Amino acid sequence: MFVDFLYELRERGVKVGAQEALSLSQALGKGLHETTLDGFYRVARALCVHREEDLDAFDRAFAHHFRGVSDDALKIAEEVLQWLADPRSRRELTEEEREILERLDLEEVQRQMRERLAEQDGRHDRGNRWVGTGGTSPHGRGGTHPTGIRVGEGGTGGRGAMAISARRRFRDLRSDVTLDTRQIELALRRLRAYVREGAQDELDLPGTIDATARSAGELEIKLRAPRRSNLRVLLLLDVGGSMDPHSEVCERLFSAAKRATHFKELRTLYFHNCVYGRVYENGSLTRGPRVVDLLRECDPSWKLIAVGDALMAPWELTASNSPWSWTEEDRASGLAWLVALTGHFPRSVWLNPEPEAAWYGTAGIIRDVFPMFRLTLDGLTAAIQHLLRGGERSR
Amino acid sequence: MDFVRFRGTDAYLTSPELESAVNCALALERPLLVRGEPGTGKTQLAEALARALGLSLIHWPVKSTTKAQDGLYVYDTVQRLYDSRFGDGDVRDIRRYIKLGPLGEAFAARDRRVVLIDEVDKADLEFPNDLLHELDRMRFRVAETGDEVVARERPVVVITSNAEKELPDAFLRRCVFHYIEFPDRELMARIVRVHHPDLADKLLDQTLGAFYQLRDVQGLRKRPSTSELIDWIAVLRRAGVESVELDESLPFLGALLKREQDLLAFAEAMHRGRRPRA
Repeated sequence: MFVDFLYELRERGVKVGAQEALSLSQALGKGLHETTLDGFYRVARALCVHREEDLDAFDRAFAHHFRGVSDDALKIAEEVLQWLADPRSRRELTEEEREILERLDLEEVQRQMRERLAEQDGRHDRGNRWVGTGGTSPHGRGGTHPTGIRVGEGGTGGRGAMAISARRRFRDLRSDVTLDTRQIELALRRLRAYVREGAQDELDLPGTIDATARSAGELEIKLRAPRRSNLRVLLLLDVGGSMDPHSEVCERLFSAAKRATHFKELRTLYFHNCVYGRVYENGSLTRGPRVVDLLRECDPSWKLIAVGDALMAPWELTASNSPWSWTEEDRASGLAWLVALTGHFPRSVWLNPEPEAAWYGTAGIIRDVFPMFRLTLDGLTAAIQHLLRGGERSR
Repeated sequence: MDFVRFRGTDAYLTSPELESAVNCALALERPLLVRGEPGTGKTQLAEALARALGLSLIHWPVKSTTKAQDGLYVYDTVQRLYDSRFGDGDVRDIRRYIKLGPLGEAFAARDRRVVLIDEVDKADLEFPNDLLHELDRMRFRVAETGDEVVARERPVVVITSNAEKELPDAFLRRCVFHYIEFPDRELMARIVRVHHPDLADKLLDQTLGAFYQLRDVQGLRKRPSTSELIDWIAVLRRAGVESVELDESLPFLGALLKREQDLLAFAEAMHRGRRPRA
């Protein structure tokens, strides 16, 4: 029942973890829910929901699971505390969560919870019940969470299993070459460039010492602009049908890029099979900027990362009358658009999730235009090196 | 541990949800993150909280150039260098040149303070992450002197955000969250009354009607908020308009919609003849 609730919360995209669970148990221990269901609802909401977009999901999950629930509150509370005390479950926590757990006096929480329950007895029948459910659900939630979503920390629960079974169906994507988000994040971290620009509000110590020494001890302050990230990345993702098997790894790349905090700017746009007059803001290809406008908006210092299997019908690449374009002006061939892109962005790469053996046909043509790298850890590392310095092409 | 519960003040009306969130933050000694559209009283909450708890408020308005370090302390190197050159005061004592920021001040204070970190999303993306540790431990070390500033009384931290930028997960996890909903019509009428006490009931009713319908127009980039409504009513009254109706010729539309795309979206919605849901 409660585990279901957690799964449902997770499924509905409410990111809850051990930290939320612990806060909630502390809050209940202090009697913040005032022994009512409404009170519990409000406390749980304040502690489990972190962004307004999740409020609705939380409400629905709550309504779904906490209607007519009646359980032995104490028993559930005990269960939860046992789970917390179990070293096996601790292993699944992150460093940070473990630390919080360490600081929390479990016995104290337990004692408070018992007291609270004893107090309520006979006074407020629903309150009694709800403390129990309240105590449990967060703990349970915490229990499932760390294995459920912690990225890059071993098993990833249901979705991971699904992904594996799906992966086996597709010969080209072997497990030894897939990337997890953390690896991608680490690789992307290397992709950076800093410049000093903007207001000069940082003391340039060596400069000041130098200037002061030059003027024989007459103090001369030198200021400089602080170092700021100057890296702008344009990510173009192929959402063509043949890319479906690779959607998992593309999603990971996307989320890692989105989470990378060292980019000054990141734009993600989508295309279908090949780039034509227009790229799109969402995967369903409904609207987006024209490529000519995009080239106007993004100066050549942007780093372009295109992701796609580069597989398509040859005419899609060479035909000058693509069905995907609307206006006269946009009616250049797919290949011409690709050439335009690489011409505009000197630092550009194409990441291909397919193995190199499959880089023939249209992929073979595209790799003559775009430096093409495999979407693996090595490939990504080489691609980033290329973006930064213009390294060797992977041939 | 016992704590004082917050129940709102005479001038600041709260909802049970808001009270719960505030009390959670107080009891768990966590920062309270308040989000909501502009004009929903996020900043006032901190003021009301300080008043209700009888604590003094330290306001830290965040700007795009604000760094986390500024909240802790600033080492005025330049002043020290000048002093050393022109012989003003004892430059050997670095402590003279360490100036505590809003958060540092709250830590060092003898009594408990309320710290308002206002519009946290205005700052750089890294800003909230840079503050995590200090907000958690309520202590920091001054690198130049080796002194440690430890909060004697953990300050109550209220953080507001306009949801312009996504805040980091690690930061969100540490906060108690509350989303202040946009005032409903009834509350809005009371708010407008505060600013325009002698407004005719009919005009108030019509403007509110048009305002809420306008907010429901699909595809608006920036929906008009409380302050825009108040300005709009002021313009209407100044111009002697006595009655309004939501159609293409809504008077002084520019006071409510300030983006060209929004004006276009509005015109389109009106043109389609499909009145937005009220």
